[in-house]
Amino acid sequence: MRFIFKTTYRQDLGLFRDRYQRDWYIALLLGLLALPFLLPDYRVDLSLMLIYGLCGVSLMVLAGYTGLVSLGHAAFLGIGAYAHVHFTQDLGLPWVASVALAALVSAAAGVLVGLPALRMTGIYLTIATLAFALIIQAVFNRWDAVTGGLSGKAVERPVIFGVSLRDDTSFYFLCLAVLIAGLWLTRNLLRAPTGRAWVAIRDSEIAAQSMGVNLAIYKTLAFSYSAALMGVAGALFAHQVGFLAPDIFTVLLSIQFLLMVVVGGLGSLHGAIFGAIFVALLPVAISEARDVLPDWLGRLFSVFGQDTGFAVAAAVDGFVKQPGLEPGIFGLVLVLFILFEPHGFYGRWVKIKLYFSEFPLYRRATFKRQKSYARSERLR
Amino acid sequence: MTLGTVLQLLLNGLAVGCIYGLVALGFVLIYKTTELVNFAQGDLMMLGAFTCYMFTVWYGIGYWPAFALTVAVIGLFGAALDRIVLRRVIGQPQFAAVMLTIGLGAMFRSFASMAWGSEIYTLPTPFSAKQTLVAGVSVSHEYLSIIAGTVLLCAVLYGFFARTKLGIAMQAASQNQLAAYYMGIPVKRMFSLIWAISAGVAAIAGVLLAPVSLIDTNLGFIGLKAFAAAVLGGFGSIPGALAGGISIGLIELFAGAYLPEGINDVVAYAMLLIVLVLRPQGMFGTVGRKRV
Repeated sequence: MRFIFKTTYRQDLGLFRDRYQRDWYIALLLGLLALPFLLPDYRVDLSLMLIYGLCGVSLMVLAGYTGLVSLGHAAFLGIGAYAHVHFTQDLGLPWVASVALAALVSAAAGVLVGLPALRMTGIYLTIATLAFALIIQAVFNRWDAVTGGLSGKAVERPVIFGVSLRDDTSFYFLCLAVLIAGLWLTRNLLRAPTGRAWVAIRDSEIAAQSMGVNLAIYKTLAFSYSAALMGVAGALFAHQVGFLAPDIFTVLLSIQFLLMVVVGGLGSLHGAIFGAIFVALLPVAISEARDVLPDWLGRLFSVFGQDTGFAVAAAVDGFVKQPGLEPGIFGLVLVLFILFEPHGFYGRWVKIKLYFSEFPLYRRATFKRQKSYARSERLR
Repeated sequence: MTLGTVLQLLLNGLAVGCIYGLVALGFVLIYKTTELVNFAQGDLMMLGAFTCYMFTVWYGIGYWPAFALTVAVIGLFGAALDRIVLRRVIGQPQFAAVMLTIGLGAMFRSFASMAWGSEIYTLPTPFSAKQTLVAGVSVSHEYLSIIAGTVLLCAVLYGFFARTKLGIAMQAASQNQLAAYYMGIPVKRMFSLIWAISAGVAAIAGVLLAPVSLIDTNLGFIGLKAFAAAVLGGFGSIPGALAGGISIGLIELFAGAYLPEGINDVVAYAMLLIVLVLRPQGMFGTVGRKRV
């Protein structure tokens, strides 16, 4: 266990806890810079992972820090994507201005949802955001002039300050830069009074209100900030998919974003990134497993004879080729995490770290979950 | 616009609304007792429709035995779901249960597409493609069966909750768990039973809906519209759920007929948002400030 002695205020202001932590993050950055050259086949998936990271950060601010669970974040992503494509391709704005405008449009939509949200709590809010997302999806379907309607809209490669990012590697670096900027902004916002007010609202609205936190302002702010980040992510996402169609921005995508923050660990930015890595890589892992798994299991079971091996391989092959498998696995993962590790990957990581740093003295009870009876939210 | 068309729309809207109402009823039953919101209710309905199809067409037992068997199977499944999975999240934040049921819903859809394939089925019933002409309006028996089934089910449920000892014990458990424990009511068993009833109602809704709609794995998305119904009626009121469902069904059909195209897809959700903004307690509900 390493103790931090704070001797100057500068230490409180710094982004990192100490220089070891800073060095680790620099190492991570170097690793990320080298990654597209180490894994050339997966460049597309890697940039998707970074974009999902931004989406995760966006939803984490809302769900993990402010306690407002939104089931409509795919709509904000879609608004950002369509706005960006409309501004660059139809109106001919420069890329950077267009992304900023897309973020603004998305943030305005966030305010639109956030204002009625002031009167709702908990489950009502979730349902309201869901309804909003479904309406927005219908708008995407119908508003041909901007969205191209059902036939969709092709997206050109980004051109920034006259430089065209043609290949996947440069797009990866663009996504990385945007993600780091977003993380930096969010991290600083969360340490500032704004972030503290958000956390206070999450922990108890009534207590926050009594401490002088203006619920209306901070909830709307959380919604608009989250939506703005989602708008930027949407602009990148548009380039990533290359073709926008309304059926991309469905409820299922919103659920995937929620899965991301839950699996990663609610209430930590690390969690958002862990979740994004997980959600982006799971389909890749499943498709790899589709090719490899039947063969492996077949070989494994051929110790019971050649025929058993073939039979197992055929059965497994039939199973993993089922088209509906992927959402089911997502659902299963979600269920298992909620039941057994509600703090997600980040919670597990904290536990493992503590285990080693306290090595012989680790107590399991440190993280023991309190059992409680049903807590009524109703007034009786 | 003739009187005949209006009557026709009224009838169809009533039938569709009954389905929304039944699914909403399932939400409300579970919400009232356990304070969990079950996002998988629509998917339970989808499972019900598929199960009934499997019994009638694949195994060739008649419609009525298949109906009864389906309700029993899905009801048992609901109880098992409560015992094995959902009981563990009681006492955790509401959000945990929401995510859990969303995950379960995804698993059900995946399971359905594996077990029954991704084809689209139609359920043959005794009242398929039969019509009666009443006052110039052709009344299809399928729609009638939905309305009759809903009325019957509501009467049975009302009798159960108001007249039987078990029903009153359930009411007690939903009103105050601790007091119910003190009175010797096995609250956990009541919860499982409520889940069974709620899943059974979803299965009935699925079987009733199957002849007029087609059975596929996306049938469960009707659950989203049933949310609108439940919220419209006040999320915790049983008559409210039915009234909300019927209102949503009628609004949707009339909007489809008289408003510009495309409105009818979203009118339910727009209603939901309007209700949440203007009157969050819905038509019948009571919402107070949260206890500190």
